Amino acid sequence: MKPRTADKIATALIVFFALLIVAILVGLLGYILIRGLNHISWDFLTSAPQKIRAGGGVGPQLFNSIYLLVLTLIITVPLGLGAGIFMAEYARPGKLTNFIRLIVEVLSSFPSIVVGLFGLLLIVNTFNLGFSLVSGALALTFFNLPLMVRITEQAFRTVPKQQKEAGFALGLSKWKIVTTVLLPVALPTIITGTILSAGRVFGEAAALMFTAGMSSPRLDFTNWNPASATSPLNPFRPAETLAVHIWKVNSEGLAPDAIQIAAGASAVLVITVLIFNLAARYFGRLIYRKLTASKRMS
Amino acid sequence: MQFRKTWVMALALTSVVALSACGNNNGGNNAATNNGGKNAAATNAPTETSSGTDLSGSILASGSTALQPLVEQVAEKFMKTNKGVDIQVQGGGSGTGLTQVAEKQVDIGNSDVFAQEKLKDADAEKAKALVDHQVAVVAIAAVTHKDAGVDTLTKQQLVDIFTGKVTNWKEVGGADQKIQIINRPSSSGTRATFENFALGTKTEDLQGSIQEDSSGTVKKMIGETPGAIGYLALSYLDDSVKTLKYDGVEPSVDNVITGKYPVWAYEHMYTNGEPTEVVKAFLDYMVSDEVQNENGDVVELGYIPAVKMQVSRDVAGKVTTK
Amino acid sequence: MSFCVLLLIVIIISMVYFVASKGISTFTSGDVKVSEFLFGTKWSPEADTPSYGAFPFIAGSFLVTLIAALIASPLSICAALFMTEIVPGWGKKLLQPVIELLSGIPSVVYGFVGLSVIVPFLRNTFPGQGIGVAAGALVLSVMILPTITSVAADALASLPQNLKESSFALGATRWQTIARVILPTTFPAIMTGVVLGMARAFGEALAVQMVIGNAPFVPRSLFESASTLTSVITLSMGNTTMGSPQNNALWSMALVLMLMTFVFVLLVRMLERRNKI
Repeated sequence: MKPRTADKIATALIVFFALLIVAILVGLLGYILIRGLNHISWDFLTSAPQKIRAGGGVGPQLFNSIYLLVLTLIITVPLGLGAGIFMAEYARPGKLTNFIRLIVEVLSSFPSIVVGLFGLLLIVNTFNLGFSLVSGALALTFFNLPLMVRITEQAFRTVPKQQKEAGFALGLSKWKIVTTVLLPVALPTIITGTILSAGRVFGEAAALMFTAGMSSPRLDFTNWNPASATSPLNPFRPAETLAVHIWKVNSEGLAPDAIQIAAGASAVLVITVLIFNLAARYFGRLIYRKLTASKRMS
Repeated sequence: MQFRKTWVMALALTSVVALSACGNNNGGNNAATNNGGKNAAATNAPTETSSGTDLSGSILASGSTALQPLVEQVAEKFMKTNKGVDIQVQGGGSGTGLTQVAEKQVDIGNSDVFAQEKLKDADAEKAKALVDHQVAVVAIAAVTHKDAGVDTLTKQQLVDIFTGKVTNWKEVGGADQKIQIINRPSSSGTRATFENFALGTKTEDLQGSIQEDSSGTVKKMIGETPGAIGYLALSYLDDSVKTLKYDGVEPSVDNVITGKYPVWAYEHMYTNGEPTEVVKAFLDYMVSDEVQNENGDVVELGYIPAVKMQVSRDVAGKVTTK
Repeated sequence: MSFCVLLLIVIIISMVYFVASKGISTFTSGDVKVSEFLFGTKWSPEADTPSYGAFPFIAGSFLVTLIAALIASPLSICAALFMTEIVPGWGKKLLQPVIELLSGIPSVVYGFVGLSVIVPFLRNTFPGQGIGVAAGALVLSVMILPTITSVAADALASLPQNLKESSFALGATRWQTIARVILPTTFPAIMTGVVLGMARAFGEALAVQMVIGNAPFVPRSLFESASTLTSVITLSMGNTTMGSPQNNALWSMALVLMLMTFVFVLLVRMLERRNKI
């Protein structure tokens, strides 16, 4: 075969496969949205699920997913920022730092089911927290934390060296440099990364089946006292999230419209992930502009 | 300009700090209240009178996903009339429920099987401490894909199919179609019931058989797969699959109650030792006429009322007429 | 801040400790020998004389992972080439969001789509019931596409420009440059992506369990029902009581999953080292 012909064929193949991936995504999204969208209504998003009758919604599940995400981020963001900043700015390169980096790597590649089982053993049974939002949030922390650490560390490392050196030249303390010079520049990357990892937390199911449980007690959405058992805010109640609900409805659903509910819930989940993606881009750009605008002007 | 930059930063930082502080506070408070709640359950119970409305305390139940909808629904009604009682129902599977009730992590362990069947050998002692409360009966029917062309199967024919001796529907009087078994995993309580009372023998897994743990998936697969056979609880049966007679007996609620149809099992709610007052009140309510009559929750959710049964069965499978 | 790092270390040590101590109890209790567990092909924990051979699950996990990687790798590498070599400008603009979205779709949704699209498709086109190894591998291959693509794209983008330019200057076509210069130089880096993808496939639970059929046997064909380590764990964990031999055997499988994670991470490290040289 002539090199020219080979080149043409190869290029065509590469383009074909690349477009195939686009087609797979479009097909996937199209399938999920077309099957699910006509089932989504305000009522579906807010009402409680029905056990054997049609017309149940996913209100509590949606709330649980969001609440669990908030709890997880409350735990992981400060810890992740701390560990990440330590790794990037304070830790001296050496065996120990390398070891920690290895740990972060291992922890982030653990299968979610192993994390869930560990949560079941330690948090649910040993600590006796039961199937609860706290247990779920802690389990999610286990695999969101390494992500946060890596995001923070990488964000700090991409900050140009000169900025740091300028800070030192001005006689600023290390802490001052980290908080006032480096963090602002790293922040857009960190926020984008956090939102993307939040999307992953939002869709997680395997780890939560064993920790947050697969049931949702009746919630009283007028009771906002976190200590009360029927309050949606009580972190010690079992909480089925949207992703777990899809799994359960798909397999155990007795309601006659179980398939439509699964399709509707899948669509809600995918739309939420889409929103997270768009939000990550938007915020990243917005904050970047806010924080760098001053530089261009002065 | 420098000022604005600092401002944005400060805002970001304080929010992080505030959030983490919040998180700590929440965690602390609730841990305390949660413990308080549990203690309350333990200490209040003995001083309680059983008059009903002023009952208070909290109950935690976990286990069987097959029983979960019923317990949840009855618990909601119970909490409406007893405002002081808080009942949490969790899933996790029969094994989890039995483990947790044996370890006293929960007050009630829901199970599809007798505790003795799961807690064996080294754990047999644990099973002895558990007190059984049978609240409902679930009957299981053999079902096939619509085109299998079979209406009834005998016990022997079922055994032949599930042990792989018979592989085509025409051998048992059906269409010329390969048989596809949709089984449950060997740990499943539904499978144990089906093997004990329909086949009368344990079966080995067959190469190429499909195993699903959930009734919804089993039903979907049998409905879609030509030549498929499996088994489902009566509450899952509908027009998408063909329900078989067993030795000519229709798997109907009446036939189960009279003992004519043998493939059924109890739904158990286990307590560790005798139940406390609150738990006992709830368990009594589970078997009360309001819950178990023909308009009650048990029937509504597709179970068979345990109190209606004219026959009873012990751990060893021995059936006696009441 | 060093507290945060310390916490990470505590988490991983306790995780390894708890899973390992639980997983080892199968062997220390004397119920099962290690060799019997790893190479035994018979899994019948409820039989009168139970046997706990986990080989079918281990084999199943490797089988779906390898097939998924074989399907996904060429596709991903093509996508990465498309983004960096063929149309660097809008190719990246088009594929980058696609990749991010694909990696964002939750695994239960993949399982749901697999069960309602891929399984019926396979049932109608191939012999068998549609459910099986092929369905599991197909679902997984889509799930690991983003991982491999993004790593491969990064590797290709970091390649020194002059390397390509000198190849073009020698009169090589684009394909010749790609096949003889670009791919061989970036091979270890691309393999890193493949290994990372395989690690994800190996540990994925729900999506696979929904479509693979879960029979505890080494499959005779790609269209036959089989099991993976993750699928048998999700299927049986809740049904068994803590401390029973079957439950312990499931924990041993979790331990195998964990050990495989270490292997994958080590592989990635080795590849990265080779990449630096």
